[in-house]
Parts: sequence; structure tokens; C-alpha cells
Amino acid sequence: MPEPITIRVKRFDPETDAESYWQDYTFEPPSEDSTLLDCINHIKWFIDGTLTYRMSCRSAICGSCAMRVNGGGQLVCNSQYRDHLDADNTITVEPAGNMPVVKDLVTDATGFWEKIRAVDPYIRSDREREAEGEHLMSPEDFSNIDDASTCIMCGACYSECASYEIDKNFLGPAALAKAQRVVHDTRDEEQGPRLARLSEYGGMWDCAHCFACVQACPKPVNPLYRIVDLRNEAHRRNFHDNNGSRHARGFVDIIEESGWLDEAKLPLKSVGSLKEFVTDLLPMGIRMGVKNKFRPNPMHLLPGRHHPPVPKMNEITKIIDKTKAADPADNE
Amino acid sequence: MIEHDVVIVGAGLAGQSAALAAIAGGAKDVAILSKVHPVRSHSGAAQGGIAASLGNEAEDSVEMHDYDTVKGGDFLSDQDASLILTESAPEMIYALEHMGVVFSRTEDGKIAQRPFGGHSSPRACFAADRTGHAILHGLFEQVVKHDVKIYSEWYMLSIIVHDHGCHGIVVMNIDSGEIEVIKTKAVMFGTGGYGRIFQTTTNAFASTGDGAIISYRAGVPLEDTEFMQFHPTGLYRHGILASEGARGEGAYLINGEGERFMERYAAGMMELAPRDIVSRAEQTEIDEGRGGEEDGDAVYLDLRHLGRERIMERLPQIWQLSRDFQGIDMIEEPIPIQPTAHYSMGGIPTNVDGEVVYDEENTVLAGYYSAGECACVSTHGANRLGTNSLLEACVYGDRAGRSIAKYLSGGYEERPATPQVFSDAVAQATERADRVRAMDGPERLGDIRNDLKVAMTNKCGVYRDEGPLTELTDELREFRGRYARAHISDRTRRFNTEFLEAVELDHMIELAEVMVAGALARKESRGGHSRRDFPTRDDENFLKHTLANRAEDGTPDLTYKPVKIIRHEPVERTY
Ligand SMILES: Cc1cc2nc3c(=O)[nH]c(=O)nc-3n(C[C@H](O)[C@H](O)[C@H](O)COP(=O)(O)OP(=O)(O)OC[C@H]3O[C@@H](n4cnc5c(N)ncnc54)[C@H](O)[C@@H]3O)c2cc1C
Ligand code: FES
Repeated sequence: MPEPITIRVKRFDPETDAESYWQDYTFEPPSEDSTLLDCINHIKWFIDGTLTYRMSCRSAICGSCAMRVNGGGQLVCNSQYRDHLDADNTITVEPAGNMPVVKDLVTDATGFWEKIRAVDPYIRSDREREAEGEHLMSPEDFSNIDDASTCIMCGACYSECASYEIDKNFLGPAALAKAQRVVHDTRDEEQGPRLARLSEYGGMWDCAHCFACVQACPKPVNPLYRIVDLRNEAHRRNFHDNNGSRHARGFVDIIEESGWLDEAKLPLKSVGSLKEFVTDLLPMGIRMGVKNKFRPNPMHLLPGRHHPPVPKMNEITKIIDKTKAADPADNE
Repeated sequence: MIEHDVVIVGAGLAGQSAALAAIAGGAKDVAILSKVHPVRSHSGAAQGGIAASLGNEAEDSVEMHDYDTVKGGDFLSDQDASLILTESAPEMIYALEHMGVVFSRTEDGKIAQRPFGGHSSPRACFAADRTGHAILHGLFEQVVKHDVKIYSEWYMLSIIVHDHGCHGIVVMNIDSGEIEVIKTKAVMFGTGGYGRIFQTTTNAFASTGDGAIISYRAGVPLEDTEFMQFHPTGLYRHGILASEGARGEGAYLINGEGERFMERYAAGMMELAPRDIVSRAEQTEIDEGRGGEEDGDAVYLDLRHLGRERIMERLPQIWQLSRDFQGIDMIEEPIPIQPTAHYSMGGIPTNVDGEVVYDEENTVLAGYYSAGECACVSTHGANRLGTNSLLEACVYGDRAGRSIAKYLSGGYEERPATPQVFSDAVAQATERADRVRAMDGPERLGDIRNDLKVAMTNKCGVYRDEGPLTELTDELREFRGRYARAHISDRTRRFNTEFLEAVELDHMIELAEVMVAGALARKESRGGHSRRDFPTRDDENFLKHTLANRAEDGTPDLTYKPVKIIRHEPVERTY
């Protein structure tokens, strides 16, 4: 018999509880190789029938069972409980983040689905449903959409997304991965307008690269990498007139100058207009100045290099040149 | 009261295909209702492929596909249905491809195809080993595009049948726990299978046969439920599927002694013989003491000779599954597997237009349609070939949708049901819900469910026999009694999953009764139904479909209807 373990669950019943609370269940897991879901089911079926959560396939394909385990979003059906025990033989389970709780571990995913809908998640083509054989698609073209198309829409990434947490306008990792899947699908005929929309505020450039989505994703989707695919494609197709793209290119320009990343200069390179400079950047700069977070340097408004180059600057130049040569389109 | 012209219950391949086809055919007010979010439907778990004689990898034809299907079904398939299925297949695959479904490709860019059990040519189109997922999400994309009304996480409790017509359904909004009527002109069931009545199964927890039993209780018989398919390669003790695609790619089956035992059962097709044959071979190896693992209840799937690259390209999901669930790397070691309840060949009887028919003469019940695994148009007969059911869900879902559109634009005649009919239906469902929520006996639902599954597996599994089946009939009566004495601890309304599980268990017990009755009465062995006491097929007495009607006292009452034999006369089945 396996040793007893404790599963500590964050509980909430909208009909009876004003606030959520923690409840501990201590029991012997059904077997040594039980999954975490097997253990949670064991609680429901043999200890406390009121415990509420979603699950269906128990094989990591339906996307029902994403929740937070020991603080991180993940599925509970695809790993053994033993992998999650802490020093006290305890596992902490809470509802997924970034979504309102309905009951116990069940969250309301309406917002998640709205984001998915917002990217027009379907192929647009005039050739749909004419039965005249398949469109040809090379194995390489298939491989460009292979990873994104494994998404099971479980929302584990969305639960952990830091950018969405601070700005609800952000489309979030799952929707952007879905967008990558349609943008890179050779059957789609609307890549241009899609990339234009995805370059706007809330789109591909608003991800802060925290990698939480990559860690949470139970499949090979790796949303952050799909966002990078989108950005590369946007550059390749010259979608430059937006802050994100300017920020990315400005980043390279600045490093190219001296090897230093001059963070004060970066925002100047990212804004699109004098108006934006006056209405957004300047007030923020002043506020930061007042709080001593940044010392303004009027020199920054002048073109040219403001720092002596770092030692071994030539190595950095080599890296940049090599990268540009590898994919010239990225740096047009 | 909610009203829609059409409600499609179920959002798997069958349900979503039907909704899209009904809309394409001109239906204006179509809604989809599902107890899980559409993309959580169990179709998403299908791994290996979807059949069509595209001939992209080798010579193939509709005739070959058709014959393979009928022979695979041990000649119980209705041959009008199997021909429509196989004829429509290429066009269906192209339609899916055009709408955006992702498929694996050949070097020259066509849809790749691989061999599958019982198919005489490589005709399984696939997306790596997540074909169902690719199609389910592809269909959902279209549902989003057409902005179809979705009742996600709504549970159907009953169907309203009155005066030979269907008038709607009674549903519970899971989130609020409220019970409502949806009044309709047409209802379609694509509610999936019922593998959950067995102990080890590849099916999701949601595959409890609700639709089939709800239909049965409304007076429609169930057809051929004794034909349950056991998949040869469920992961040992977990039941999670290791796709037949693995054997399609060349994997071997070996017993505890390391022998490729299929040599002794189907020397021609070996591992790629149809599933009923392979599962029986495995069970025989196990029963005769040549199994593996501690209890000798497993045999092995050996993929080592395929090599890392092939495994990771073509079978990445099952590599991951066996690593996560069994802790085994299949590149290095054979994985233990066992026959596992997988697919329900029987179900709600329909004709080839997806219309539900309710007697031996195939009389249509107006306004009621069904397709997919819950239905029995009988393309699969006594045993389904792998990759034919995704196809069936799409083709017959599509046909049901188109029939609905036609019915609304022409054949529909207002046959008013009085308000009383609807209020009675709600009152009945509410009374049942209140009763379930108040259950306060000593029996644990979890125990009853477990015992039911064990009993079904031991006595109505791969092999069956009169003695155990008779015992089981009595035991099932006891299960009903235990259920009446069960306890429920969640008495709230909102998102009460314990309540739903209790309702599902009620459905499962009754399904088991119907299945066992059919199995006991069918004194022959055919396809997925193998009697130790009647080991051969008996065309003289049993080349016919079982129809189980619910008698007054709630027990199944069996009649039979003929099989449609058109082109292929039954012959002995060898592989
Ligand atoms: C693991 C696995 C692998 C498989 N692989 C293959 C394969 O490779 N090739 C192949 O051809 N076949 C395969 N099959 C079989 C095939 O996947 C199924 O037969 C098919 O997907 C069934 O589709 P469906 O639309 O009929 O039902 P499902 O996809 O099961 O959908 C049922 C729907 O009904 C809804 N529902 C049920 N009851 C209710 C209720 N009371 N109220 C509201 N909604 C309800 C559910 O929410 C769901 O949306 C596989 C099956 C399994 C289990
Ligand atoms: S239960 Fe389906 S993903 Fe976990």
C-alpha cells in the first residue's frame, strides 16, 4: 500500500461560502502509480462527494482538468502524484488563475474563449469545401503548424500568463498560438490582415517573455515560441509600423551601437509619433523622474552613440551579422 | 421555455458535423448542446486515423473499403449503410481538409495514409497520432466561424416524444442547476459511446451512454448493444489507448514469453487482423498462462524496432502517454497492454438519412435524428474496423444534418404538443433531480460503480458464457436496488458534478442490463460478441439485428430485424 498523502484543496461553494478556504484530505492513494487525477477522484468517490472539478478523458487530450498544483498551472491527469509531493507529503491544489472561480476547482473560462474567438480561429479561403482533392502541403509546411495544432485549449498557459494578469487586453498565449497556427497554414489567404491586427495593442508584441506559458503547457505548443514565430513572420512581411516592432528593431540598433542596452533610449525608439511621445512617454518619464527611477539625459534625444562600446564589441557585431545573414528578412 | 428549430445534443464529430450540415442546408436556428465544452468531447481522444480510399499511398478503391468493412463487421453490417459510408469517404476527407483540418502529409504534399487492422490497403488518413483532436478542433473552428449557438456544459435529462414525434428535450444548465425545456422541431443525438460500464476502458469519464438510455426510456429500442469492441492495446491497468496506428506503423504484439503470438491466430494479417480477433487472441494467451506482468493479465506491444525517429514523428502522443502513465520509454522497452473496452457498435437505430427508426419495419420517428457512436445505422455490424468510426461520425452526422434541413424546409408538419406535454416533462425531470439530490442511503456511488464495472468485465467481456451471463442478469437487478439505497453528499444546485455522476450511473446500470440481455440471447459468436458455449457464427439463426425495447416493468424485451444484405453474401471470415 502506498504511504498516506495529504491533498490540500482550495475550496469554495457559491451557495454557502462567502470566501474560499483550504481543506486537507489525508488518505492512501489508490496505487503507487496513481495519477494526481486518480487521487482527486479517490477523494470525490470515497471521501467527499462534494469536491468539484472538471475532468473527462484522463489522458491529457480533452483539456478539462487544468488547475494549479503547488502554485503552477497544469493538467492533473498526466502525471503521477508522487511527482508533486512536498517534504510533508502534501500536494496543494487550487483553481486555475486569471479566471473567476465557479465552485471549488471549476473556473469560468468565458474570457479565455473570447480571446480565442477574437483571433478569427479558422482558415479563410475561397476554396473551402469544393471537393476537388486536397490542397498540397509539404511536410515542412505541416511542421510549421504541427506544434501549435496540438493545443488542447486547457487554459493552463492562460492561468499563469503574467502579461494578461496586468493587462486584460492582451490576447494571451493560447489565442496567439492559435493565431500562429492559422497564419502559418498555407491554406489561409488572409495572412496580411491577420498579422496587421495581431501587431496592434494587445497582440503579439505585448507578451513579456516570462516563459510561464512554456512551463505550464502540457503539449508541445510552447505558446511563447509561437508568439516569436508570429513576430518573425510580421517582420518578414514588413509589419513595422507599430511599437512592438519598433521596440524589437530599436533593441538591435541600440546594441549595435555600443553593445550596451540603453534602456532609457529604448522607449524613444519604440514610440510611433511625436503625439505619442508627448501624451504617453513624457508624462511617464516625468513620473519616473520624480520617483527617482530614472535620470533624464537630454543627450538621448540626439542621434548617435552615447556610450563607449563594451569590451569585445567586435564579438557582438559578429553575432548580429551572423543572425542577420541567417534570416535577412527579419531585419529589413 | 427555450425554443430552437433544431437542437443537436453532443458536440463530438457527429454533433458538430450535423450542426454545420444543417446550417449549410439552410436551417436558420440551430443550437448545439453538450455536457462538456465542445472541444472536450471524446472524439478528441481518437488517435490513429480516419479511413478513405484516397489511394495516396497504394492502390485502393471504394469497393475494397466497402468489402473490408462488411467482412470486418462479420457480415452483420447493413450494406446500404456501409456503401454510403465508403463512397462518401474521399469527399468527406477533402471537405475536412478544405475547412482547415490539419493532416500529416506525404513527401509530395498529399494527405498521408497508413495501414490499419482489417483494411486491405493503407487508407487511414491521420494527423500524427491525434487525428480525432485535429478534426474536432477543425469542426469547432467552423462552428465558431458560423457563430452557432452553443449550450456548453448543459446536461440533457430526457427527450420529449409524444404522438410519434419528437418535440424537444429537457435539460439542466450545469452552472445554475436549473431545469428547462428546449422546444424544437428537430432533435439530433450525437451523444457518444458507453465504454464506461467496463473496468478498463479507453473511453472518457463522459462516455456513459446517456443518449442511448434517454432514447430507450422514451420508447425507442436499442439495437445490437451486445456488440462491444475490446481494443487490443489499452495501456495495462490504465486503459488509455495506444493507437492501432502503432501496429499500422509496424509494431509487434508479444506474449509474456516474448513470442509473436498472432502467428497462431491470423498468420496472414498478423497484428493487423481486425480487433475482435486480436483481442481474443490476447485474452486466450492470458487465460492460458502466457501473459506477463505480476498477475499475468497483460501482453506487450513492442515498438523498439521502429526506432526513435519514426516513433517521435508518427506516434509522439502515445510515446508520451506510456512514459507519463507507465513510466516506460517505448523506444527502449515493450509496453504492457491488455484488451480494453473501446467502442459500442450498437445504439439508437437509424436509417441512412440519420432518422431514428423504432421498429422492425424501420418506421421513422418524426423530428428525431441520431448519428455517431450512440447510433446504429449499422455500418460496423458486429465489429468496427479502426478508423471507420470517425468517418461514420462525420459522414452520418453530415447526412443527419442535411436531412434535418430538408425536413424543416419541406417535410415538417406542425403536430402540436399541448403545453401539458412540456410541463409534464419538466415535472418528471425535476422530480427525478430532487430525488437524486436527496439520496440518503448507506451505499456509496463509487462502490456501486466500481462493482458494476468489475462484474461487466468479468462476465460480459471479451468472452461470454451462459452461466456467468445469467448470474450477471440477477446481479444487475441487485445493482438497481443498491442504487436506490445510495447516498449523495452534495445537495446543492450549482455545478453539482456528484449529482451528474449519480444520473450517469443510473444510465450505466440500465445499459448494462440491455447489453447483457442481448448477449445472453445471442447464442452464437460473431465479431465483438464471443460465446464460449457457442463458439461459431450461426447465420441461420442469428444473421439479424437485436432490438431491445423497454417493457412496462423496465426490463428489456428483445425482438429482431433483418440485416440488409445487398452485394456481399456472408462467407467464413479468415485473415
Ligand atoms: C481513445 C479512443 C481512440 C479512438 N481512435 C479512433 C480512431 O483513430 N479512428 C476512429 O475512426 N475512431 C476512433 N475512436 C472512436 C471514435 O473516436 C468515436 O467513436 C467517435 O469519436 C464518437 O464521436 P461522437 O461524435 O459520436 O461522440 P463523442 O465525441 O463521444 O461526443 C459525445 C458528445 O455528446 C455529449 N453528451 C453526451 N451525453 C450528454 C448529455 N446527457 N447531455 C449533453 N451532452 C451530452 C458530450 O458532451 C459530447 O459532446 C476512438 C475512440 C477512443 C475512445
Ligand atoms: S482529463 Fe482530459 S486533459 Fe485531463
